[in-house]
Amino acid sequence: MTRPEPLGISAWTTTSALGRGRTALAEALMAERTGLRHRRFETCTIDCWIGEVDGLDECLPAGLAAWDCRNNRLAWLALQQDGFGAAVADARSRYGPRRLGIFMGTSTAGILEAELAYRARDRERNILPAGFDHARTSCTYSIGGFARAALGLEGVSAVISTACSSSAKVFASARRAIAAGFCDAAVVGGVDSLCLTTLHGFNSLQLVSRDACRPADAGRNGISIGEAAGFALLEPRATDLALMGTGESSDAYHMSTPEPDGRGAAAAMSAALGRAGLEPKDIDYVNLHGTATPANDAAEDRAVCATLGTQVPVSSTKGWTGHVLGAAGMLEAAIALTCITRGFIPRSLNTRNVDPALRANVVMESRAARVDRVMSNSFGFGGSNCTLILGRS
Amino acid sequence: MTGGAFLETVGLVAPGLPTWEHAEAVLTGRRDIDPAIDESTLAPPAPQSLPANERRRAPLQVLVALAAAESLLARTAFAVPDTPSVFASSDADMSIMHRICVALAEPARMVSPTDFHNSVHNAPAGYWGIAARATRSATTLSAFDATAIAGLRECLALIEDGAPAALLVLCDVPAPVPLLEKRPMHAPCGIALMLVRDALGTRPARISFDDGHAETPMSHPRLERLRLGNPAARVLPILEAVAKQESRTVGLRAEDDRLAGVRVQF
Repeated sequence: MTRPEPLGISAWTTTSALGRGRTALAEALMAERTGLRHRRFETCTIDCWIGEVDGLDECLPAGLAAWDCRNNRLAWLALQQDGFGAAVADARSRYGPRRLGIFMGTSTAGILEAELAYRARDRERNILPAGFDHARTSCTYSIGGFARAALGLEGVSAVISTACSSSAKVFASARRAIAAGFCDAAVVGGVDSLCLTTLHGFNSLQLVSRDACRPADAGRNGISIGEAAGFALLEPRATDLALMGTGESSDAYHMSTPEPDGRGAAAAMSAALGRAGLEPKDIDYVNLHGTATPANDAAEDRAVCATLGTQVPVSSTKGWTGHVLGAAGMLEAAIALTCITRGFIPRSLNTRNVDPALRANVVMESRAARVDRVMSNSFGFGGSNCTLILGRS
Repeated sequence: MTGGAFLETVGLVAPGLPTWEHAEAVLTGRRDIDPAIDESTLAPPAPQSLPANERRRAPLQVLVALAAAESLLARTAFAVPDTPSVFASSDADMSIMHRICVALAEPARMVSPTDFHNSVHNAPAGYWGIAARATRSATTLSAFDATAIAGLRECLALIEDGAPAALLVLCDVPAPVPLLEKRPMHAPCGIALMLVRDALGTRPARISFDDGHAETPMSHPRLERLRLGNPAARVLPILEAVAKQESRTVGLRAEDDRLAGVRVQF
């Protein structure tokens, strides 16, 4: 039956517009330095701010060249940080490559490759370029196959793609897979990279802000899109940091709009508390999904207040990183671990005036504080909700 | 290895196999294969549980997935709104990706907002939530040609974790040209399995994972073409054992062409 939680987090890393690895992330958060820049991605014509990762122009190394695409390059760059590859190699030798699972989250994987292939297609004969490799560089599973190959893993694997909750849900799936005996330990991660589909797609829904996004602000008017990759190694043994609880739910309301009262979000938060065996008062900080769309922030505020009350400090960190979509769960889990290990609570960056309709305790000044347990919310299109609770063991 | 689960009921929709009852009769040899099985297109029944405005917007892959899931509603003893679900699809609806990529290759870049909101891999799960008022966890995953195995594993893990039942919906549909050449698929196929913790009925089928096993083909070439022509149809040999009420271990290709075994026991 179910192994008792918590599940140890023995290694973790993330790379985003804030830089490569954990130290860059922590320093940017503490210095209040945003990674968002007012610039154009590729040939995108939309006037907006983006959280772009620098240094993705270099091809993958020879042995992995068949997987080469922006999304896998971003994953590879992240894997080089914080000794993560070495930690996985160590786990591989302890558990064996077949007993180490891998669960990756992404929303669009390598779709930029497909966009470029269509642009370069032979329109007369209606064929895509010979070099376009859907399986390894474009499709949803491409990030799973790539990460598995890059880390030398031979165990169970899956890519979870539930829009913006994808890489929060990998923690829940990995936890269950370990408890059920499908693997002894697991690598989880999230990778999503900039592409024209999401920039133009969110723009078509009028959800992209012309400014750097302003979560919880009275004048918030949409998201800023970013990209990120991150990984964690989950093991059923005591480590300093742990995955304490996971909660999942569905809105069953609308494909691209959250249920206005936040009932689905509240159900995910309550489920995570229940599984962790914690009370609302045990949560020291909530890292909000906080996309800075009017609808998301209002619904999430109701869910937070209904579940935890109005006192617990909350903030969205999307003003630093942008919304990294399918990688948001993993990136924000890494931010939660940063808050715990560094002892601080980040403010809601770019927020000038908190929307008076919001009742939660939005943090407007970053501060040093002892943080033992963080709740992290991730919600996605299709009404997919996932809440993680991370903490000290 | 894990304890496994029981297969309570099945929903299925594919060309020439309009219902699970029909497929069951074909798989047991009680009924001849319909020549329509060779077709590469499918007009699934409109999902009755989906509000009309959502039904109009739903793309083919959603319609096929919901048709499979809806068709088992009449036979399941479980309350679907309280049942967690796993939607397993290798490639979601590639016609949407195709239209978006075509639009993005033009100077105007007019991405349709409906296409974008349908483009998420979890669109069937989202529509299913609305249709069935299913508010529990819905996980959508892909493992390319091993997607069916990954979905089955996720369901067994949910049951091991305490869920009395878990709904698995497998669904893929072929891409339009020119993407079809890069990701060949033969036909649309949706298969829904209600997996449950406790045995029900007189001859319940128990499903569990076993060691790797040589890949099990379908003996009839037309069924074999469907099995190889859609990642969802990789479970056909399992369904054949279930239909015939035969205990056997079925071999399926898992990640990186490794082999997995799925044991069906009566």
